[in-house]
Amino acid sequence: MERPAILNSRHLLGVAGLSIAEITALMDLAEEYVALSRQREKKTNLLRGRTQINLFFEPSTRTQSSFELAGKRLGADVMNMSVKGSSVSKGETLLDTAVTLNAMNPDLLVIRHQHSGAAELLAQKVSCAVINAGDGWHEHPTQALLDALTIRRHKGKLENVVVAICGDIRHSRVARSNIILLSRMGARVRIVGPGPLLPPSAERLGVEVFHSLEEGLRGADVVMMLRLQRERMDGAFIPSEREYYRFWGLNEERLRLAKEDAIVMHPGPMNRGVEIDSSVADGPRSVIREQVEMGVAVRMAVLDALARNLEREAAA
Amino acid sequence: MSAGAAHAARGAGAGAGARALVNARLLDPAGGLDAPGGVIVENGRIVAVGAEVTAEAARSRGIAVENILDCAGKWLLPGLIDMRVFTGEPGFEYRETLASASAAAAAGGVTCMIVMPDTDPVIDDAAIVDFILRRARGTSKVRVHPMAAITQGLKGAHMSEVGLLKEAGAVALTDGRKSVASARVLARALAYARDFDMLIVQHVEEAELAGPGVMHEGELAARLGLPGIPRQAEIIALERDLRLVEMTGARYHAAQISCAESVEIIRHAKEAGLPVTCGVSINHLLLNEHDIGAYRTFFKLSPPLRTEEDRVALVEAVNEGVIDVIVSSHDPQSADTKRLPFAEAEFGAVGLETLLSAALSLHHSGQADLSRLIAALAHAPARLLGLEGGTLAEGAPADLTLVDPHLSWKVEESALHSRSHNTPFENRVFEGRAVLTLVAGESVFDYHAGA
Repeated sequence: MERPAILNSRHLLGVAGLSIAEITALMDLAEEYVALSRQREKKTNLLRGRTQINLFFEPSTRTQSSFELAGKRLGADVMNMSVKGSSVSKGETLLDTAVTLNAMNPDLLVIRHQHSGAAELLAQKVSCAVINAGDGWHEHPTQALLDALTIRRHKGKLENVVVAICGDIRHSRVARSNIILLSRMGARVRIVGPGPLLPPSAERLGVEVFHSLEEGLRGADVVMMLRLQRERMDGAFIPSEREYYRFWGLNEERLRLAKEDAIVMHPGPMNRGVEIDSSVADGPRSVIREQVEMGVAVRMAVLDALARNLEREAAA
Repeated sequence: MSAGAAHAARGAGAGAGARALVNARLLDPAGGLDAPGGVIVENGRIVAVGAEVTAEAARSRGIAVENILDCAGKWLLPGLIDMRVFTGEPGFEYRETLASASAAAAAGGVTCMIVMPDTDPVIDDAAIVDFILRRARGTSKVRVHPMAAITQGLKGAHMSEVGLLKEAGAVALTDGRKSVASARVLARALAYARDFDMLIVQHVEEAELAGPGVMHEGELAARLGLPGIPRQAEIIALERDLRLVEMTGARYHAAQISCAESVEIIRHAKEAGLPVTCGVSINHLLLNEHDIGAYRTFFKLSPPLRTEEDRVALVEAVNEGVIDVIVSSHDPQSADTKRLPFAEAEFGAVGLETLLSAALSLHHSGQADLSRLIAALAHAPARLLGLEGGTLAEGAPADLTLVDPHLSWKVEESALHSRSHNTPFENRVFEGRAVLTLVAGESVFDYHAGA
């Protein structure tokens, strides 16, 4: 029985190209996988015979294991390739690696890379479907999808939901993908952070820009905190860790400025006591653990959707 | 009637290698010439030019019929002088040699290449200048003059031997892709170069502010998630340099400007009487940041492509003469330096072969004045560098480019003469190109002969 197509493109390189219909369909499908993942029998055989390669040029425990689990629950053969210590550090380029992997006939290639545009470049050179699991500062589409799903489950909708994305927006692919996806779905997106951590021309991204955490939190339905890399807290972008915590860290007192039923999100891994207090991260309004659960479901939905396209291509 | 034409009309015996190009549209902004006519070439020089130079005049001067070319109304320009050409010789011959660059130049109507010192070894020593000139004599189809490094090894610290380099044949000083960052070093280099009347050519970019940037800083960079180079990196560098020019009185040339603000800075400096000139790359006159599209590294240039408003301001500045020179900024890069994620790829694009056609497209689309374009491509560089050429005047070297202004051709990577194929104009169809290129009266490229 042929299942309906969900995605128009053969790759998922970013959320920038997704329509409202595609996003909604992916979230609806992910809901089905949430239910499946809560059962005793979590496995299907939809992707039986398919090979999925997770190619990670940057270390990432949670995204990589999330993709791995998603592929396995759908019945695919999953191979993880972490690049530290492999041929890429011996001078082999991204494209050499791509050509080599392509020769092994994978069906789905999940890539994480430190440079923006790496997934796009790879997609031009391989014949399988490519999923961007984060490229530089550019996009992290499955993270934005899982965040949107988490918000929708709590707020019942995305339209007119006020989402405050706080912290290092400039260097964050999570922020970029969320800004694009949530705005497209009708949410009112705010970005909140100190000047050096905001992207240039921030006001032209279709968001409201706040230079004070208190102002940015006021009346928010969703508070999304971002991780701040420690190497950016040594005076290069902000003066110190403690100064950042003092002015930009989320604690219970500041959280009270947001709506009473506001939820708190974080893509992880967290710097407790820097951008977020443990009392908030582990508190009643935190949905951080649910985000991880949604991650697996969303990635199953994406893998399923792209595999459907592969079947269509083969049939055509 | 000019003296040369009168001479021609009297029918004196033709000299060695005499040939004539007649029935052309002569375009020579240096002499204010835009009229039908022809030229006669003898011993590598132009000996007669003007409306009087007809086929009959050439014959009566004793030039054999087979050496008289009827140009059928095509345009005859002084050969182009490209003031910013990177080759890979010596050191990176796999990217480009003087020979391969010169083949690209000849095919593009460029009769003189000014090569940059960013080689290995760096052109910061008289012996390397001599090497370049000797290699060029042996292998290049077109004229070659090197610019030498301002600082030893392009390291920005110690001045190179300006006087010896000039004696050896360097035509100006530049640190090439790099900017001299230290105000102290630049001030001294300017003061010293002034004594030798050497032009200082600076890449205007404040490196600290540009940081790890790879494209114009703005909305698009924010969307692509790429680190940006703010326009202020150029503005600050240019304003600082002009203060040092004011201080030293040396001749200064900004190699390439990319923003509208820089145009105004140069305009004011010129109005204030400073000995300042500037150039622009043809890429910045035709393209903008949006051409980068999905991380296309052939559009990764230094300075970066900026906004459409900047592009329009730059074209207007060429028309007004605020921008003196147009360069190709020919920078061959191989697949291993370009087929990489955008941030890791090298800057640069080849351009010798497309320079003229790209400039003509600005004329055809009504954006740029034809005589200003030709002046910026030929006469201005000659004047700035103290070279002969860049004009169709009598006595000038017979470096000529015959242009079919309406010949349509498609840029195909694989057909380019350059050893590297990183062109930003791949698959673009241009209207107009060089069909015959002469250096010292000798043909170095003939489009229809397929050479």
